[in-house]
Amino acid sequence: MSVVTNTTTIGAIEAPSRRNTELALLAFAVAIPVFAYLAVGLAIDGKVPPGMLGYGAGLTLLAGVAHLVVRKFAPYADPLLLPLGTLLNGLGLVLIWRLDQSPRLIQRATSAYGSFSPDAPKQMLYSAIGIAMFVGVLLVLKDHRVLQRYTYISMVAALVLLLLPLVPGLGSDVFGAKIWINVAGFSIQPGEFAKLVLAVFFSGYLMVKRDALALASRRFMGLYLPRGRDLGPIVTIWAVSLLILVFENDLGTSLLFFGMFVIMLYVATERTSWIVIGLLMSAGGAVVVGSTASHVQSRVAAWLDPFGCLKTAPEGSNMANACDQMTQVLMSFGSGGILGTGLGQGNSDLIGFAANSDFIFATVGEELGLAGVMVFLLLYGLIIERGVRTALAARDPFGKLLAMGLSGAFALQVFVVAGGVMGLIPLTGMTMPFLAYGGSSVIANWALIGVLIRISDTARRPAPSPAPNPDAEMTQVVRP
Amino acid sequence: MNKPLRRVAIFCGLLVLALLLRDNWLQYVRADELNANPKNKRVQIERYSNERGNIIVDGKPITGSVDSGDNFYAFKRTYVDGRMWAPVTGYASQAFDANQIEKIEDGILTGNDDRLFFDRTLSMFTGEKKKGGDVVTTLSGAAQRAAFKGLGSKTGAVVAIEPSTGKILALASTPSYDPGSFAGYHDKDAQAWQALEKDKNKPKLNRALREIYPPGSVFKVVTAAAALESGKVKDINAATDTPEGWKIPLSTVPMKNHASGCTNASLNEALRVSCNSVFAKLGDDVGRDKMVEMAEKFGFNAEQFTPVRSAASVYDKKADRGGNALSSIGQFNTATTPLQMAMVTAAIANDGKLMKPYMIDQLRAPNLDVIKKTEPEELSRPVSQSTAQQLQAMMENVVEKGTGANAALDIDGVRVGGKTGTAQHGEKNAKRPYAWFISYAKTDQGSPVAVAVVVEDSAGTDREDITGGGLAAPIAKAVMKAVLKSKS
Repeated sequence: MSVVTNTTTIGAIEAPSRRNTELALLAFAVAIPVFAYLAVGLAIDGKVPPGMLGYGAGLTLLAGVAHLVVRKFAPYADPLLLPLGTLLNGLGLVLIWRLDQSPRLIQRATSAYGSFSPDAPKQMLYSAIGIAMFVGVLLVLKDHRVLQRYTYISMVAALVLLLLPLVPGLGSDVFGAKIWINVAGFSIQPGEFAKLVLAVFFSGYLMVKRDALALASRRFMGLYLPRGRDLGPIVTIWAVSLLILVFENDLGTSLLFFGMFVIMLYVATERTSWIVIGLLMSAGGAVVVGSTASHVQSRVAAWLDPFGCLKTAPEGSNMANACDQMTQVLMSFGSGGILGTGLGQGNSDLIGFAANSDFIFATVGEELGLAGVMVFLLLYGLIIERGVRTALAARDPFGKLLAMGLSGAFALQVFVVAGGVMGLIPLTGMTMPFLAYGGSSVIANWALIGVLIRISDTARRPAPSPAPNPDAEMTQVVRP
Repeated sequence: MNKPLRRVAIFCGLLVLALLLRDNWLQYVRADELNANPKNKRVQIERYSNERGNIIVDGKPITGSVDSGDNFYAFKRTYVDGRMWAPVTGYASQAFDANQIEKIEDGILTGNDDRLFFDRTLSMFTGEKKKGGDVVTTLSGAAQRAAFKGLGSKTGAVVAIEPSTGKILALASTPSYDPGSFAGYHDKDAQAWQALEKDKNKPKLNRALREIYPPGSVFKVVTAAAALESGKVKDINAATDTPEGWKIPLSTVPMKNHASGCTNASLNEALRVSCNSVFAKLGDDVGRDKMVEMAEKFGFNAEQFTPVRSAASVYDKKADRGGNALSSIGQFNTATTPLQMAMVTAAIANDGKLMKPYMIDQLRAPNLDVIKKTEPEELSRPVSQSTAQQLQAMMENVVEKGTGANAALDIDGVRVGGKTGTAQHGEKNAKRPYAWFISYAKTDQGSPVAVAVVVEDSAGTDREDITGGGLAAPIAKAVMKAVLKSKS
């Protein structure tokens, strides 16, 4: 630092904060779901839905609060993430409300549980908690690098979260998957939160160990294998979490964690060998799980030839159920065609079970058609793109890894859910982020957006102007 | 770290791209296939999602729709006098699909037909509920009632046609069924359906259009037409060279007559008393190919589309001489639908011009705009006007002085022509014969109605009493009367 350049006479050129862009986009993100709500009401009852004002006001309030918090506490944040989340969450509420109106689903619930309670108001509450979580993340987390300190605490927390559903009395087995816990009348899916915490652990650990992992390795069969003491802990944690998930019958989340782990390892070490190892391991895992778990087998059969396996599967068996579900979902998409039947005018409720959670994307397919599904996929694509851009822009390796891990996990989740529902890959029960009914999912995803916004704010924040040099004087000659 | 980051970004992009491609494959390429899948309940849900249009007779609907208060199928089909009209309407069932007019005009009835597009778009703006269009039939309620009542508990069918246009006026078939009994999809609908399926009297069979019967003696009018057209008989009152017990060619069996006075009987006389020998010999004289030609001009060996498809009546194109001679009196392989015999009668009554039979007059949009009107269409000219008039003279003779006396109408200015038939069937004619009667009524303004009646195996009637004249002619008479009455 031989030369000190005086910049006090010229103010630092601030990067545009884009907060007004965000506000304008938010206006759209609120208006579109409100109109969608109106469309459903008109289609089903032929009149303006009574809850329209409340719904519109609620969504505006949530978006407004979130925007003000971002404006105040993360002024340089990416302007797209919040509007995208708001739009998807708002449309998800409309779709859930639409399915609440289905007399078939009401009858189904009444005959199965003796009563029916609409899910949309609950989802509205969850969304509010989600926004509160988002606000909380921004308020508490002034700088994402703070999270580095909690690397090992995160590890423990992730394991605890994953183990919770296995605790007797706390966990509950719902439809074969032991991934819920019951707290004070609410069901929570701790796995959704474990995703975030695990990403923090991976980022913190890999940031420290990345050089060791990348360089201190032995060459074996053309691949660079790292030393055990570097890789050991992380593989252990990862393997333990996978084992837990296998016990809990939650394959979607296992795949998600695995994918996130491989992506982050690859980004941290810049070694292609990780991709190869990852693919080999996942192929091995798929074979083992596929040949042992019967419900996986039925899902694979339903994926390969749903209409065929419906004929061959024994009546009332698991396989018949899986195949029937898959055919209903496919026919839902088919009947939507290019433009869809229109909101509220489809028959996606024929899917019955989990129509508003795991299979909500089929309602999009039927009622908004090919055009609507592509819009939704592009909205998700934009969130992923903004996440990756944040990772690219982040100046610190921890932020890079965390942003990448989170957006990678988000991308994988969208792919696994949408691909499963559309029959591209075998079905695994997971929720479409923001769209599907489920409190844990909405809250965790709002937290994820909050962390991404915090990282992007740090990344895009202009470098602080240097403190005025006490030695500097106005008349000082600037030397070349 | 940016290089792997970019690569992962590309990978994420590929994931989204794969989803987009898959979605296009699913919703664009495979959409039609998925929609046509029989497992897809949406077609049925759509069919009953709004009030279905009606089938109209004499300006009044014979069908209806009720709000079924059901989560799957909002509306259910109802029928007015379902048993009587079933051969016309067919059925539309939530569980068992639909048939006949209900199926053929499903697009109009549900309101989904492309021709209703403008109407649908309009009601979208006016906020009216979507409703199906109506199918206006050519049928006459009075004629149908007369036919259905006439058949009563007997098994059989009646077809009445307006000869000058081809409009079907009555289309009855017994035993019948109530299409409303299985219009829903619940257990009782399934039970009603199963019961009908198992019923050995086959109530679901549309005997007027889909069953083919040996026509017996009523076919003799076709043979007479062929004889006159080919010039084998020039004078209907001249004696023919027919011995009693004329031997069937290629066999040693003599052709028996139930009637007396058939030796060398004239064509007129032979038709009046229904001589087998005379007509078998005439058929043989005319020759198989000419007989086939005549039968086909009347519509044999082809399905008719009214638009409900009929079975094809049969005149054997490959029969040997003996077979042809037997075919000429409506035995051997000859088999015909009641519709076909009504067409024959109508062509004769219409002075030789056969009009295409039809039963849908108009298709109407929900706002009563006519979308399509069926115009009468000439199907063929089986016989010349003079031949037709000679045939009329002979058939009127049958009613006035012959076997068809039961069909005589005592109405001034109305002439009635007819022909009876008692068709044997079964191995060695062991089963009860079919009683046939075909007839027409004619005034100076032309012929308003031609009827064909067949009564199968009527229980409760002595075998000897089963004759076309005794069983079938009164039904034909009632139908003709009903039509004439409604016209006047």
